[in-house]
Amino acid sequence: MKTRSKILFASTIGSAMTLGVAAAIANDAADTPSITPKTMADALHMVMDSDRAVYTRRIVNRLAAKEKVITASEHFEDEKALVLPAQMFRFGAEMVTERAAENPDVNFSYSLQSLWPINSQNAPKTDAEKEGLQFVVDNKGENYYTTEELGGQNYFTAIYADTAVSPVCASCHNDHVDSPRTDFKIGDVMGGVVIRIPIES
Amino acid sequence: MKGLPGTSTGSISLAWLVWLFSTCVGCAFFAHVLFKGEDKTVFMPGPLSSGHHQLAESCDSCHTDAFGGGPVLQESCESCHGDVRKKPFDSHPKAKFSDPRNADMLADLNATQCVTCHQEHKAEITLVNGVTQPEDFCYQCHESIAEDRPSHEGMGFDTCANSGCHNFHDNRALYTDFLVKHLDQPEVLEAAGLPEREFADVLDMLIEYPREQFPVETLSQVDADAPEEKQQDATVMAQWEASGHAEQGVNCTACHTSIAIESKADADPAGNEVHWTDEPMAENCASCHGIEVEAFGKGKHGMRLAAGLSPMSVGAARLPMHEDAAHQELTCNSCHAAHDYDVVSAAVEACVGCHADDHTVAYRNSKHYALWLAETEGNGKPGTGVSCASCHMPRVSQDVDDYNSRIVVDHNQSANLAPNSKMIRGACLECHGLGFSIDALMDDQLIVNNFQGLPAMKNDSLPMARELMESHEKRKNGQ
Repeated sequence: MKTRSKILFASTIGSAMTLGVAAAIANDAADTPSITPKTMADALHMVMDSDRAVYTRRIVNRLAAKEKVITASEHFEDEKALVLPAQMFRFGAEMVTERAAENPDVNFSYSLQSLWPINSQNAPKTDAEKEGLQFVVDNKGENYYTTEELGGQNYFTAIYADTAVSPVCASCHNDHVDSPRTDFKIGDVMGGVVIRIPIES
Repeated sequence: MKGLPGTSTGSISLAWLVWLFSTCVGCAFFAHVLFKGEDKTVFMPGPLSSGHHQLAESCDSCHTDAFGGGPVLQESCESCHGDVRKKPFDSHPKAKFSDPRNADMLADLNATQCVTCHQEHKAEITLVNGVTQPEDFCYQCHESIAEDRPSHEGMGFDTCANSGCHNFHDNRALYTDFLVKHLDQPEVLEAAGLPEREFADVLDMLIEYPREQFPVETLSQVDADAPEEKQQDATVMAQWEASGHAEQGVNCTACHTSIAIESKADADPAGNEVHWTDEPMAENCASCHGIEVEAFGKGKHGMRLAAGLSPMSVGAARLPMHEDAAHQELTCNSCHAAHDYDVVSAAVEACVGCHADDHTVAYRNSKHYALWLAETEGNGKPGTGVSCASCHMPRVSQDVDDYNSRIVVDHNQSANLAPNSKMIRGACLECHGLGFSIDALMDDQLIVNNFQGLPAMKNDSLPMARELMESHEKRKNGQ
């Protein structure tokens, strides 16, 4: 083998090894646990909260409250109206549940609950929910974290305050026939987002 | 070998032989039925419900995997019923219960699984609408309803699903805000009438329509593209020429082209380039009328065809039918004749020609029929007549794709039958007020005589909705 060929051969082998090692390191990085359930829950909540704030302010508030070109309604199909921000949130949660069932590696769930729910099915049920929802009301700006066991599965459960970010949040709840509380105002904690991540034990 | 006292070795051997022979015969019989037989009811653990009895010979319509359990059955349920088990058609979709916070509730009543409430082969516990759950199932989650709705105080646990009150699945005509929106409507609306069918008007929107091969233009007999020998029947040719198909450019080969029997057409000794078939099937109709054919396959008229079985025969129905129609089978052409497909005839004559129950027999004495006669004889406005199809195959706005919708005749005539308040939105409200509609559908005798007379009872739903709103307004106004 001539010298040039030897160099070429050695370079090729070297490059292949370098790429292989790099790929292995990348794979290791992707598969190495480096995020806690709490961090994951916080990150998920940041996305959820931001998306809902954008939808509330830039879609519903702008078109329904400010421009008045369309309404937002709980019965959006019958009324040909925009989906309410809370419904938007719930529909996303339901879709995540369906998709997570098909992909157990990416399993989590979330829901919107309140101590003053319009639909009583959204009142807290578990001890963690009851304690956590009260905690975020009593401790503005703080989140509530715990673990719980439901149906034989352990969960890391995080609860975040759900605050009235716009006047329509408060007025819609105050005016609703089924609302048990009618004195909400902007900035009030109206409920909480509950995120659950399955954990081993 | 030593036998029992009083038995000989020979008689024991004979007994073993008889046992062996009987076992082999038995195994051969069951194996034949299992793998070759059409009728597999011998394996059935109990009779099927009215909803599924047509599929008795097709166990694998539901049991798609012999070793599958709940998930397999759930998938089977959803493959036929899944499209209406979602919002807004279903107020209790599976997604509502899937959150882990409902684990305790699901342990008592697993509402994510159809078989929790609808077990098959359990005739002894099957109630109306195929429900096999005890009648107090609402109580499991809504036991404190009287706290939210004081008007419900003292109501029996078995009254929730009464006609006109609540439907577990499709509650779209009965929710509070809908009731409030339709308070004080008259018995008959001023603008009573059905929406116009608009298939011909929306051809441009249909992506599946073969517009290049069959441009939308009126055709006559000279344009017919059937092989010459197939054009000899003058009646058939005249019927086609007078039909909406010819009017819209749908030529002979649009329907008479083999789809499911391609190999047979390929073997056509005449060597026609067109894969001609004398007997188009539902698949042919579906090439343009896909929505209608799909819905047909979901109802009791077409579910056997959809399952790959022979067509449903009138004689196999559990409802009362005319004896002289027992031999008839149900395909698209049963109601829509092959070339003279008269939608007027399909909307009444096709139905009453087979169905012989009291409600159907009474139809021709009803006001609905008088209106139908008036319209079809040219004395009534289009849409004001009420045929069998007006209520049982209502004209509904349906999404054609993500961007378009059109008025479709819902060919699943089973879709709005039970609970009967499912009929309110798609049919009754086109002509009647909500209160009158709810009351009429509560009155069993009125249904039997095909609505000759007025409802003999009043449902409390609308007055309760009014009271709730009035008390809410007072509360808002600080009174």
